[in-house]
Amino acid sequence: MSAADLLSAPPSREPSRTSALTRVVIYGLLGIFAVIYILPLLVMVMTSLKPLDEVTGGNMFALPRAPSLDAWAKAWGTTCVGLTCEGIKGYFWNSIKMVVPAVLISTMLGALNGYVLTKWRFSGHRLVFGLMLFACFIPFQSVLIPMATILGKLGQWGNFFTDTIGWSLGFGNPTVNLVIVHTVYGLGFTTLFFRNYYEAFPTELVKAAQIDGAGFFQIFRRILLPNSTPIFVVTVIYQFTNIWNDFLFGATFAAGDQMPMTVALNNVVNTSTGVIEYNVNMAAAIIAAAPTLFVYVVAGRYFVRGLMAGAVKG
Amino acid sequence: MAFLEIEDLRKRFGATEILKGIDLTLDKGGFLVLVGPSGCGKSTLLNTIAGLESISSGVIRIDGETINDLHPSKRDIAMVFQSYALYPNMTVGQNIAFAMEMRRVPKSERDKAVADVAKTLQIEHLLARRPGQLSGGQRQRVAMGRALVRQPRVFLFDEPLSNLDAKLRVDMRVEIKRLHQSTGTTIVYVTHDQIEAMTLATRIAVLKDGELQQVGTPSEIYNTPANLFVADFMGSPSMNFIEARVARANGTASIVIDRDDAAAIAFAVPKSADASRLADGAKVKLGIRPEAVTDTESADRNSANLSKFDSPVEIVEPAGSDTFVVTRLAGKTVTARMRAETVVAPGQNFTFALNLDKAVLFDPATTKRI
Repeated sequence: MSAADLLSAPPSREPSRTSALTRVVIYGLLGIFAVIYILPLLVMVMTSLKPLDEVTGGNMFALPRAPSLDAWAKAWGTTCVGLTCEGIKGYFWNSIKMVVPAVLISTMLGALNGYVLTKWRFSGHRLVFGLMLFACFIPFQSVLIPMATILGKLGQWGNFFTDTIGWSLGFGNPTVNLVIVHTVYGLGFTTLFFRNYYEAFPTELVKAAQIDGAGFFQIFRRILLPNSTPIFVVTVIYQFTNIWNDFLFGATFAAGDQMPMTVALNNVVNTSTGVIEYNVNMAAAIIAAAPTLFVYVVAGRYFVRGLMAGAVKG
Repeated sequence: MAFLEIEDLRKRFGATEILKGIDLTLDKGGFLVLVGPSGCGKSTLLNTIAGLESISSGVIRIDGETINDLHPSKRDIAMVFQSYALYPNMTVGQNIAFAMEMRRVPKSERDKAVADVAKTLQIEHLLARRPGQLSGGQRQRVAMGRALVRQPRVFLFDEPLSNLDAKLRVDMRVEIKRLHQSTGTTIVYVTHDQIEAMTLATRIAVLKDGELQQVGTPSEIYNTPANLFVADFMGSPSMNFIEARVARANGTASIVIDRDDAAAIAFAVPKSADASRLADGAKVKLGIRPEAVTDTESADRNSANLSKFDSPVEIVEPAGSDTFVVTRLAGKTVTARMRAETVVAPGQNFTFALNLDKAVLFDPATTKRI
C-alpha cells in the first residue's frame, strides 16, 4: 500500500473489538478441530490402558479406572500373530530393518540423481527427469506382477549362491526384496524432491569447487550434501512414512516371520478366532504408528520449512 | 612471448556464435580488464579461460602451455565469482583451505598458508566464522583470499564488485589494485563498469557482441578509441559527438561545424586524425570528451588547436568536484566539464572553448576512427 492509499483510507473504528471477536472465532474453531483430531488417538490410548472387561462393558470415552500396561506388554510380547504367539516385537524389528536401509538408499540415490540432473546436465536430461517423474504416477498394483517376476529371478540367484558358496548374498531374502522394491518405487519421488532443490542451488558454488580441484563425488559430499538439510529431512520423512505404512508390497513379497509390522498388525486385528482383544489391538496399533509419529515430532519443524524452500526466491 | 595468449577463440551455442574469433595476449604480471555491455560475451570469455565452458575452436595458452582441454583444476588458475561462491557450510578458514585440502596439502602447511593470506587481507579475526555471518565486503575479501592462497598463475575475477554498495566498491577497487601491485600477479578481470576498467587495468579489452572492439592501455582506449562504440562506452560522462565536414583549401584540410543559428566553426584537423585521408566535403563525426569542452579561462593554454563558440546553456549539473554544463552545438547535446567555481546559469549565453588537440574524428559510415 502506498503512502497515498494510507492517507485516503478511512480510519478503522474500534480495531481492538473487531480483532477480539475474530480471535475468539479463530481460536474456537481451532479448538474444535483439535479436539476432533485428537479424539481417536485419545480413545486408542485409553482403550489400550483398560483391561478387556472394562473395554467391552464400559463407555468408550470413559477414563480407565485402573490403568495398566498389560495390554501393551501382551501386544509387544505374547499376542498371537497368525499361528505364532510371540507378540509383534519381531515384526517391529523386521520393519525397522527394512525401512532404514530403504529410506537411506532411496534418499541418497535421489540426491545423486538431483545433483546430476541439475549440475552435470547431459543432452536428454529433461527426458530422463520426465521419465523419473512418470514413475511417481505408477500405481502400486500395476508393478506387483513384474516385480514378482524379478524377485523370483533374484530368489533363483539366491538358491544358486546358497548351493555353491553356502550363502545367498542376500538374494531372495524377503527383507532385502522389500528394500529393493521400495528403493525402486521411491526413486521417482526422491529424485523429484532433490532435483527441484538443487535447481535453486547456486551453480557458482559447484564451479568454484571445480576450480578448487574437487571431483564429482567430492563436490557432492562436501558442497551439496552439507547444504541439503531441509530437503533431506523432507525426503526422509516422506519416504519413512510411505515405506513404514506400506501394506501391499509387504503382504505380497514377505510372508511368515519376515513380514513387516503393518502386515503383522493386520493379522493381530483380523483374527477370526477367540475374543477380539480391543485393548491389545489398540496398543499394537499405537506401537505400529509410533515410529512415524516420532519422525514427525523430531524432524517436523524442518518439514514445512523444507516444503516451502525454493518456493520463493530469497 | 606473452604469458596468457588467446588465439582466434570461438564459442558457439548451436547456431549462435557467442565469441567470434578473439585474439588477446597478456604479459606476466599484467592486469587485463574485459569490459563491455551485458551480453557481449565477456563472462563467457572468462569462463573459457577458467575451463568452466568449452571452446568451439581456437587456442588458449598460459606460459606457453596449451590449456584448451585441461580440467579447471589443472589449469593453475583461481577465480573470484560475482556472488563470491563461498561454501556456506564451511568456516572462512575452511573455505580458504579447501583447494589445498583437495590437493592433499598437509594440514600444517595449509594452516600456515591460510594464516598468511588472512594477514594480508586483514581477515584473521573472521577465520572461524561462516560466510553467512559476514558482510558483503568481508565476503569479498574471503573470496579473494580463497583465490590468493593457492598462488595460481592467473587470477580470474568475474564482476567481483558489482554486488557491493558504491562506497565499498571504491574501497575494494583500491584494495584490488594494491594487491596487484604488491603481489605482481597476472589478472584477468571482467566488469561492465568502465571506471573500474580504467582505474585497474594495465590493458583493457573492449568487447561488443562477441567481437573485440579494441585492446590497449587505458589511455589508448580513452584518448584514441578505435571506433564510435569504444568512444561512447568508455568515459563518464560519455564523449560528445558532433556532425562536421571536411573542407580542403590550398591542399590543407580543415574541419567545419555548420550551425543553423550562428556562424560555422572551422579549425585545423585534430592531430589524432590522418589529414591526408580526408576528402573535401566528406562528412565526419567529431568526438570530444567533456573535459576538452570548458570555459575560455580554464582552456588548456598549451593546446595548439583551440576554438571557441557561443551557445545558450541548457542545464547545469554541479557534481561537487566539477560542474557539468549541457549545451547544444549543431543540433547535438554537448556536455562540458568545468571547474566547480565557474559561474554559469541555465539560459545564459556562454562562451565555450573546444580543445581540439584532444578531439578525434570518426567516419560515420564505418564508425571507425580516421
